[in-house]
Amino acid sequence: MEWVNAIVQGILLGGLYALFAAGLSLMFGIMRFVNLAHGDFIVAAAFGTLLFVDATGVNPLWALLPIVPIMMAAGYVGQRLVLNRLSGKDILPSILVTFGLSIILQNLMLEQFSADSQRVSAGALDTSAISLGGGLTVGTVPFLLFLSAIGVIAVLNWIFAKTAIGRQLRATSDDPETVGLMGLDKRHLFGIAMALASAVVAVAGVLLAIKTNFDPAAGPIRLLFAFEAVIIGGLGSLWGTLLGGVILGVAQGLGAQIDPGMQILAGHIVFLVILVLRPQGLFPTKRGS
Amino acid sequence: MSIQNWARLGLLIVAVAILVSGPYWASRGTMRLLIEVFYFLALAQLWNLLAGYSGLISVGQQAFVGLGGYAMFSLAMFAGVPILFALPLAGILTALIAWPTAFVAFRLSGPYFAIGTWVIAEVYRLVFAQIPALGGGSGISLPAGLVKAMASGRSARESLIYWIALAIMLVVVLGIWIVMRSRVGLSLSALRDNEEAAVSVGVRTRSLKFVIYIATAGMTGLIGALIFVQKLRITPEAAFSVTDWSVLVIFIVVIGGIGTLEGPILGCILFFVLREYLADLGAWYMIILGTISVVIMLVEPRGLWGLILRWRNITVFPVTRRK
Repeated sequence: MEWVNAIVQGILLGGLYALFAAGLSLMFGIMRFVNLAHGDFIVAAAFGTLLFVDATGVNPLWALLPIVPIMMAAGYVGQRLVLNRLSGKDILPSILVTFGLSIILQNLMLEQFSADSQRVSAGALDTSAISLGGGLTVGTVPFLLFLSAIGVIAVLNWIFAKTAIGRQLRATSDDPETVGLMGLDKRHLFGIAMALASAVVAVAGVLLAIKTNFDPAAGPIRLLFAFEAVIIGGLGSLWGTLLGGVILGVAQGLGAQIDPGMQILAGHIVFLVILVLRPQGLFPTKRGS
Repeated sequence: MSIQNWARLGLLIVAVAILVSGPYWASRGTMRLLIEVFYFLALAQLWNLLAGYSGLISVGQQAFVGLGGYAMFSLAMFAGVPILFALPLAGILTALIAWPTAFVAFRLSGPYFAIGTWVIAEVYRLVFAQIPALGGGSGISLPAGLVKAMASGRSARESLIYWIALAIMLVVVLGIWIVMRSRVGLSLSALRDNEEAAVSVGVRTRSLKFVIYIATAGMTGLIGALIFVQKLRITPEAAFSVTDWSVLVIFIVVIGGIGTLEGPILGCILFFVLREYLADLGAWYMIILGTISVVIMLVEPRGLWGLILRWRNITVFPVTRRK
């Protein structure tokens, strides 16, 4: 029973990892760009939630209202002003700039909020649980989190499949030059893609703040989890990313069941094994090349 | 040889002579600082060889610093190898472990290689934190007896560590210079400038990158071994620290100038000057360093050395043909 419980908790945790990963996956899918400050932006959104709750005293979920648009605007502007200058064949500048950005963000948060571990309370939600029958109960927060991960991925997939902007983004991903010939502005589309990814980052950050403790140095490990979920799931598929997150979460849950010190390590090892045996990931989509 | 080359050789000999005689003129504090300068410069040059010349952008070189350190401690404490012999052995052991590591890391390319190497370094950190014989998460100290056996007396030992650090730094800098002037260097430059074209004229990309990665890991392991002999104590956090062995090293190279031999030297000098004045600022010091390197990447990706090149076309370590 303990093991079943560990697996169920792992699946729910995987939802959070899928949220971390969806933003990363979007950026790479459309702009062929990896943001090494991804985890730090998630933590920044979590600190934003903390500030909002401290100021207003309302339920932290309301923090989505200001934080999502703020992050989207920042993402669009940052992409137009800074990151677009780096997009090109050479990946080195974008890696090094986002790596520098990661260190700047971590230390700004350290300066502002101290190294203390923080947590945002969601009131009664924190302690409430849902019974799944058979003696299994899950916390309401992790359960809602998992549902929101599914929701976010469904919305993203709908945007890509059904809307004009989604079609333009897919076209940019396949062949940015031709998109330019069709009269679309690549720089603007990259900005939109970054805004979309930032919205996911904002949601992930707010939910992270409700779900667990965080501190200014908590970003890099989130980047690694996100990355692992993307690679396990296979590039290019958001549902694959969700499954990648779930596999990572279950591996960590089972690892923790063996020994608390094994939690993170078990996740990394499952990731490395999958990388060696199936480097294209478990559910890659064959598109374009 | 031209007058210019004689002057260059003369300057190099004078500089090396001044550094070699360090223990006779430098205070203990200065020597400690110089040892740190030497190993940071060596680490920076090695990372530059990977990222600047070979297109292997690693954020996981701390894996090999830590492996070297732990290999050193294990050899000295459990196998009874004298420290002076254990140092090179630790480097070789690290290169051996880097071999299977490379097989995993090379499954990824580009930006994913960067994060993948970071994950691998984390794995090593977490694994060493689980080994009780090595002190687990709280680490272990080098027994005093082993340290004392290195040399007669404290100052003799410190001089010895100083010379070893200097020797490693010189071997790394001059070694990379020689490699870059060789056929391998030409292949690397070709790869960096245009991979498809390089492959089409017969450059064996994969095996070349593989060898560079493993050789760099071995040298990084040797440096790691020396670092922790000097520190006398090793913990998983310090040994596999991403801040110390990746972030600072990357900042040094980026600020000085990536893809040149002069850049990391310039970056290293600037880094230590800034640290003398700004280290008290704590988090702001890292914010300043990060901001400088981001601005440099945006304005002049060739770094400060690139700015100097804009003003005058000079070179300390010539690796290209004269125009």
